[in-house]
Amino acid sequence: MTTLIILSVLPLLLLYLGLFKANKTLLPVSVIGLLVGLGFAFAEWNANAQPIFSGMMLFDRFSVAFSSITILSTVLILLLSKGYFEKISSHVAEYYAIILFALAGIIVMVSFHNMVMLFIGIEIMSVSLYILAGIRKNDFASNEAALKYFLMGAFSTGFLLFGITLIYGASGSFNLEAIRNYVVESPREISPLFYTGLLLVIVGMCFKVGAAPFHFWTPDVYEGAPTLITTFMSTVVKTAGFAAFLRLFSACFATLSDFWAPVLLIITVLTLFIGNITALYQQSFKRMLAFSSISHAGYLLFAIVALGSASASSVFVYASAYSVASIIAFAALILVHRQSGSDSFDSFNGLASKNPFLAFTLTVAMLSLAGIPLTAGFVGKFFMFSEALNKYQIWLVVLAVVNAIISIFYYFRVIIAMYFRTTDRGEVAVPAYYTFVLGLSAIITIVIGVYPALISDLI
Amino acid sequence: MTVSILLFLPVIAAVITAFIKNGAAKHVALFFAVAELAVALLLLTRFVPDASVQFSVSYPWLPKFGIYFTAGIDGISMIMVLLATVLVPLIILTTYQHQYKNAGAFYALILFMQAGMLTVFTALNGFLFYVGWEAALIPIYFICGLWGGENRIRITIKFFIYTFAGSLFMLLGLIYLYLHSPAKTYELSNLTSMGLTNLQQAWLFWAFFIAFAIKMPVFPFHTWQPDTYTVSPSAGTMLLSGIMLKMGIYGVIRWLLPNVPVGFLIWQNIVMILAVIGIVYASLIAFNQKDGKRLVAYSSIAHVGLIAAGIFAYNTQGMQGALIQMINHGINVVGLFFVWDIISRRLNTRDISLIGGIAKVAPQFSIAFLIITLGTVALPLTNGFIGEFLLLKAVFNYNIWIAAVAGLTIIFGAVYMLRMYKQVMHGETNELTALFTDVTGTEKLVLGIICTLIIVIGVYPQPLLHISEAAVNNLLADISQKVSAMTNK
Repeated sequence: MTTLIILSVLPLLLLYLGLFKANKTLLPVSVIGLLVGLGFAFAEWNANAQPIFSGMMLFDRFSVAFSSITILSTVLILLLSKGYFEKISSHVAEYYAIILFALAGIIVMVSFHNMVMLFIGIEIMSVSLYILAGIRKNDFASNEAALKYFLMGAFSTGFLLFGITLIYGASGSFNLEAIRNYVVESPREISPLFYTGLLLVIVGMCFKVGAAPFHFWTPDVYEGAPTLITTFMSTVVKTAGFAAFLRLFSACFATLSDFWAPVLLIITVLTLFIGNITALYQQSFKRMLAFSSISHAGYLLFAIVALGSASASSVFVYASAYSVASIIAFAALILVHRQSGSDSFDSFNGLASKNPFLAFTLTVAMLSLAGIPLTAGFVGKFFMFSEALNKYQIWLVVLAVVNAIISIFYYFRVIIAMYFRTTDRGEVAVPAYYTFVLGLSAIITIVIGVYPALISDLI
Repeated sequence: MTVSILLFLPVIAAVITAFIKNGAAKHVALFFAVAELAVALLLLTRFVPDASVQFSVSYPWLPKFGIYFTAGIDGISMIMVLLATVLVPLIILTTYQHQYKNAGAFYALILFMQAGMLTVFTALNGFLFYVGWEAALIPIYFICGLWGGENRIRITIKFFIYTFAGSLFMLLGLIYLYLHSPAKTYELSNLTSMGLTNLQQAWLFWAFFIAFAIKMPVFPFHTWQPDTYTVSPSAGTMLLSGIMLKMGIYGVIRWLLPNVPVGFLIWQNIVMILAVIGIVYASLIAFNQKDGKRLVAYSSIAHVGLIAAGIFAYNTQGMQGALIQMINHGINVVGLFFVWDIISRRLNTRDISLIGGIAKVAPQFSIAFLIITLGTVALPLTNGFIGEFLLLKAVFNYNIWIAAVAGLTIIFGAVYMLRMYKQVMHGETNELTALFTDVTGTEKLVLGIICTLIIVIGVYPQPLLHISEAAVNNLLADISQKVSAMTNK
């Protein structure tokens, strides 16, 4: 609770700092503010949380865990942004503020106890992201990204809102508990309106998390937006989207899984294949990451398709592993792009001989994304596969395995470029902040991979 | 004194070696590899060759999901541990004449791979087994890719994808077993104690078998192998053929057979036929090879085919023969690849037709090469004999016709190996080979150790057979009891 207040006041403070031209203090203030917020989140760790604000919000373990991982990822991303926004524009304070506003929306998204709060959270986050995608005011791609994202986002919000309205019409409440009672008490008398609403909510949520066939905005937006914003979108925002998705479905619709699970099953398989096969054909590392993020959305959907008591911790572990590895990948991309001016795989050629540390951390990230044991990504995939097999979705898991094999090709392209090819380019400059973020993220990836019990029992 | 020392020492060694600068790295790596061998020998002296699991450890790892760090050594594992700890120092010694760039990373990867392989050979928890299985794969991928020959990028990624694909299906198999097991843990003792239907076992068999068959490799899963063996640096080839392929064979004995015994018996015939096809096919290709290293690679497929046939014959001789033959094949194949490493380093070619008459200029080398060749073709009183004898006897007990075809491996093997030896070592010394210098220093040491092992095991194999005998008998008795219980149901 305090976390949300801190995260709402902090951006205002940053805006004032910007007003008084105290640009140097922006980064330290936001990082310290976020860490304080993280501390308060931990302090609210409570097994028997009760809904607050007349049942609008519920800070249970689920929301604390997801708030923590999103805040932590944001801190890492902000550390990468030192000197980044200054190059793009003179209104630096606004960017920090907007990112933190988006984060405040995310905290609402992972702790809602009422459909209205879900909608408000998603809107706070989305509106901030529309601005962030377009922060390079004079850049054509950035503007295109912002416009596409805005149109698609508005569209999907419409679906979501319509779905929520229909569910309200059928059940008579926005409150998750009331909706669940409506579903559980008379399962045979559920109005068709409710089912229609449920389908519309699925469409809206799938738009937000970038699942196929509602993924078309993802690659263009990810490519057009400034890389740091792409990092934020593909890690923090995606995690939040799945957390909200899972929270809604496990709280309200778990007993109706016979109705929606087949729909999500098809979406999952489509997402996996479209993401993976398209990623195979990319020449740009950034675009490859965009498509691979679609396929990771597919793996994350496993937890919802095979909804069970362990779903929350599976999504948590997978999303943490994925976020940390993506942060490394994007950080390396920013550094390499600065030197070579290109996002292509070729610009990574021979990186290992010039920057062994950078190459090593990026290798750890790629192995983690590919799901190789002793990295966090493997633990995530292992949980997802276990859960889906547990629900006897054997064919789904076999298809997922086929996809995991396909993904080796494009993740290893980077490793091959770095280690097995040569270049005449010189060393890539790695600032100290980047070294810290890269090193810390690589350590987190390996530690979770070696001893997953650290985070798997949190929720 | 537990198995954890054996498993963690190479990891620590790898981390230390990674930070050693070029020249000293090989000495440090050798020191740790010998220390590891000493640990293994110490365990051997305290080992009681009965059917029990010894030196075992079990720590909670992810207990909520039934995952424990459980490892231990029984007779079957002991043989594998000896194989891995004896060969790694030898392989490190064979690299002493090479100047690898980034030597620290090279040796660190070798030691890390050893840790992975020892984990595979001692793990008694399915999750740990899988982690070790993959942990051995990543280092060898980098060894082959970073220090390999031409075309290595395409070939190594093919190798990686093949093995990774196989192991993911094995992972699914393990999870499936876990979900159907009574106690919901990945402990081997728990996984084996459940009753799947015959149909489930028949399916699960392939989930495991594909992973193991790719690793060995068994025809038709072998297509990655000749290319990968050829482009890898010789140390990488030795690690792959000497130790890593035994992970597949060991997997069949430890994980496939006890977990899905009925599935094993359902597909027994098919696998026997595949193994025999592999033997004949690989031998025929080996006849036509001009590249010595490639010839040895194909001969390895033929030999491993016989080991697979011996295991799938499903009797004590087959199992015992497979275990001792794994050690022998490891020693012989490392010897053969080292011989070709010596030749190609001196002559810059491995083309058999260009080389001739080395015996005249390098007599010591020629004797060593001869002993290794004879060991490979299974001459009596060399190590290959006892293994192949037991294996063929096992296959003979299973089916006389399959045994007749499998027996061709000895004849074929003798033909192409001896022909290679004759071509390379005898005949007239030509311009290329006139300057061939005889083996020196570490080369002599390695060849000496290998030849001694070949002859000692050949003359007196009993101690090795004794290590695993009780464990093998116990395993087979256990399984036949389980199978009869299932069929009576």
